[in-house]
Amino acid sequence: MTRYAAPGQPDALMAYEQRYDHWIGGEYVPPQRGRYFDNPTPVTGQTFTEIARGTAEDVERALDAAHGAAPAWGRTPAAERANVLNRIADRMEQNLERLAVAETWENGKPIRETLAADIPLAIDHFRYFAGAIRAQEGSLSEIDADTVAYHFHEPLGVVAQIIPWNFPILMAAWKLAPALAAGNAVVLKPAEQTPASIHYWMSLVADLLPPGVLNIVNGFGVEAGKPLASSARVAKVAFTGETTTGRLIMQYASENIKPVTLELGGKSPNVFFDDVSSADDEFFDKALEGFTMFALNQGEVCTCPSRALIQQGHYQRFLEAAVERTEKIVRGHPLDMATMVGAQASNDQLEKILSYLDIGRQEGAKVLTGGQRADLGGELSGGYYVEPTIFEGANHMRVFQEEIFGPVVSVTSFTDFDDAIKIANDTLYGLGAGVWTRDVNKAYRAGRAIQAGRVWTNCYHAYPAHAAFGGYKQSGIGRETHKMMLDHYQQTKNLLVSYSPSKLGFF
Amino acid sequence: MPEVSRVDLTPAAAGLIRRLRAAHGPLMFHQSGGCCDGSAPMCYLEGEFRTGSSDVLLASLAVEGVDEPVTFWMSASQFERWRHTHLTVDVVPGRGSGFSLEAPEGVRFLIRSRLLTEAERAALDG
Repeated sequence: MTRYAAPGQPDALMAYEQRYDHWIGGEYVPPQRGRYFDNPTPVTGQTFTEIARGTAEDVERALDAAHGAAPAWGRTPAAERANVLNRIADRMEQNLERLAVAETWENGKPIRETLAADIPLAIDHFRYFAGAIRAQEGSLSEIDADTVAYHFHEPLGVVAQIIPWNFPILMAAWKLAPALAAGNAVVLKPAEQTPASIHYWMSLVADLLPPGVLNIVNGFGVEAGKPLASSARVAKVAFTGETTTGRLIMQYASENIKPVTLELGGKSPNVFFDDVSSADDEFFDKALEGFTMFALNQGEVCTCPSRALIQQGHYQRFLEAAVERTEKIVRGHPLDMATMVGAQASNDQLEKILSYLDIGRQEGAKVLTGGQRADLGGELSGGYYVEPTIFEGANHMRVFQEEIFGPVVSVTSFTDFDDAIKIANDTLYGLGAGVWTRDVNKAYRAGRAIQAGRVWTNCYHAYPAHAAFGGYKQSGIGRETHKMMLDHYQQTKNLLVSYSPSKLGFF
Repeated sequence: MPEVSRVDLTPAAAGLIRRLRAAHGPLMFHQSGGCCDGSAPMCYLEGEFRTGSSDVLLASLAVEGVDEPVTFWMSASQFERWRHTHLTVDVVPGRGSGFSLEAPEGVRFLIRSRLLTEAERAALDG
């Protein structure tokens, strides 16, 4: 098969419902105010379903359901919670192609990515946290011969999760798997740009979770996200998005003295030392792929390697090969297996990318390839497509400093190791970075010197569970995709126990 | 000579601000950075987003039909990297962006940028 049929077509693997309400307490509940909004696919720009437009009343109802379910779920043995997560993973695996089609239609990303990355990684996340919670142990401290401090992990209770639109199912899995494993009930709000695929996922796994343990409230940030994030009834807020909303969520959380985890993006440097080009071999080829990773997921990745720093000695040679590799990117229908770059997720995202292509040129950055909107013809003319673009310029330019969230990379050169680190760290953010060199000592030193939470070394854009992911600087707070995320969803209960019959003698 | 400013509004943006002001009350902007809906101006009720010493007030925008100015803020660290550019708040069809007020209307505020001239920079940076 070279092209999957669009959802709802006669030979399609899956179909979306005409409408999605809120998923609350194990059933679909219409929005209290009776309003819905249209959900278009970025592939064609056409609406394919309508979505409940949630408000504070709906959030309260979801919180009621979550609070009703949280105590029993929190008491459920870890082994049983892990079984539930494993069953979810199995169900997803049985429906992998259907989920991939649903996600591609919702988000616009190429089907080969949803088949090979988004959905398999989401499946593995549930399995990872199923294993992690089974293996987790409390601790004890022997204070003295008769006094012991026991440390128990306890769930937080009811947590709020606000999911971004760039990996709607995978980012939900990143947050849901640890929260559910740790014994919390969840109220989740999907992004209003991509609100539907999580409901298709829910339709596949609904029978596996007790009612109320997972609740999905749809709607706009200001109408549904804000009452959720500011509620005194949630024990924690997890958010992936941008800095201003991140600050606002911290502000709301401060009013309730509640913790947050935030993943707020970056402007990740991808550093290519001279020795990368010392041979025209397999590694050189891999490094070129690493450069071209800026176009993965249409550049809509918080860790998009959107700044390529290339050492002067091989600058021209490497860049020429990189341009050539970029121009080989196949654009087309996202449901076509040959397509490497699909549609941007929304019209406003498309407009924002175009505004950056404009200011990049104005600042004097040179367009080496791409640089404009792409019209792929036919039904795709209504969709949101951008040509993979390489800018050449300097690190002070805005296209080097701001996350464009499109298939756009800004390239500059550096002289030596210190210059590379200086440029790499000259950013407000510190989420991801890449280092490419055949010299392992240099790779190690560079990786430690770059102020970012994840430094891919001779690789890029791998997101395995069991490797911590999160930001330095303004890129956020917390670490996902690792068992340490369990700590972000757990309280520590200390029982300080005396086994001595003797009084202290104070009173 | 027109007044030198760091931020302007397109007529469409001004019209949307009038509608949002009438529906919600006095407004402010805070320019976001980072991923997803980042690099977009977020519109809130004035005072909803707490600014502090880490923020810079770029403009107090006069909008016809709106009694009070609409403030436009940015974090100071971000401003250091944006200060050589002039910003125009525009509006495009779109969906969603953090907790910004206009999203339910099916539109999105968007920043369009140009380089400040040397004369403008001299006037603004002093």
